Amino acid sequence: MMRLWLALAALFAAAQISAPLAAQDLLPPAPYAYKQIADPALEAKAQTLMLTLRCLKCQSQSIADSDAPMAGDMRHQVRVRIAAGEDPEAIRAWLIERYGDYVSYTPQLKPITWPLFAAPLAILALAAVLLRGRFRRGKVPT
Amino acid sequence: MSEAASGKSGPKKPGVAFWLPLILFAGFVALVIYGLVRTANTEVVSAFINKPLPVFDLPPASDDRPGLATAVFKQGKPRLLNVFASWCVPCAVEAPQLAALTAQGVEIDGVAIRDRKQDLAQFLAQNGNPFARIGRDDLSQVQLAIGSSGVPETFVIDGKGIIRYQHIGDIRPEDVPMILRKLAEAGA
Repeated sequence: MMRLWLALAALFAAAQISAPLAAQDLLPPAPYAYKQIADPALEAKAQTLMLTLRCLKCQSQSIADSDAPMAGDMRHQVRVRIAAGEDPEAIRAWLIERYGDYVSYTPQLKPITWPLFAAPLAILALAAVLLRGRFRRGKVPT
Repeated sequence: MSEAASGKSGPKKPGVAFWLPLILFAGFVALVIYGLVRTANTEVVSAFINKPLPVFDLPPASDDRPGLATAVFKQGKPRLLNVFASWCVPCAVEAPQLAALTAQGVEIDGVAIRDRKQDLAQFLAQNGNPFARIGRDDLSQVQLAIGSSGVPETFVIDGKGIIRYQHIGDIRPEDVPMILRKLAEAGA
């Protein structure tokens, strides 16, 4: 048992040493990775977009939430482009063109996604039809 | 409705409507188990395959190799574009395979992601330098422009500058023939 614990401890120590080597670069973060745009309105625009873009390194986080260097580079690019006057949706489209729909947390209206948008309407319509039948029955006592 | 009504009149086997919720529930459980058990595919494939390489012009990342610009890929001969970094362990693992490819006459250009000159020099001294050119991409701009989501990744670019194939992760020894085939398909 003791030997097992020692082995585990050694493994853990090794992981501690090699982990930074495996995944960390030594460059400082991109200029706009952690710096906001001076104009609050533009920063708000950038923030809204960044919250709906997926970090491709740590795939369950948005680039706004992730500290992965690549997410920092993506934030830098988003902020620089928004500061230059680019439309947020154009930036999203640019990324989707390169990484597919997976990069966007906001579903896009496409032939394959239309049921996603149509389903709530269809369910509402069905409910209306069913309720109508029910109300009518109640109104006509025999 | 009729099932419920007939149920009142006497003991009768419950109908489909009675079992439906349980059947649906079992279906969901099966779906969840399938999702838990299957091997997750976390690779993000570039949507930029069969599209022209975006225009870029990167400064040199090392002292002994020139930088990298799009024009290089339009000289009529297919080349490999290797996205790598000195801080990436699998990049060191694939070095012998890149060397084997250059030995077969394949030309490889590198894009160094978020790398420092001294680290890169040490990496190349240790693992060999298979690159004809190495561009320096400190802000991952070229990486984002070609739809690459990590290091290492290797792209086959045909002689007209069109991306033909993306290999995600390190090139293993058994991948070398496949890469050579992809290069041949691209018109080597």
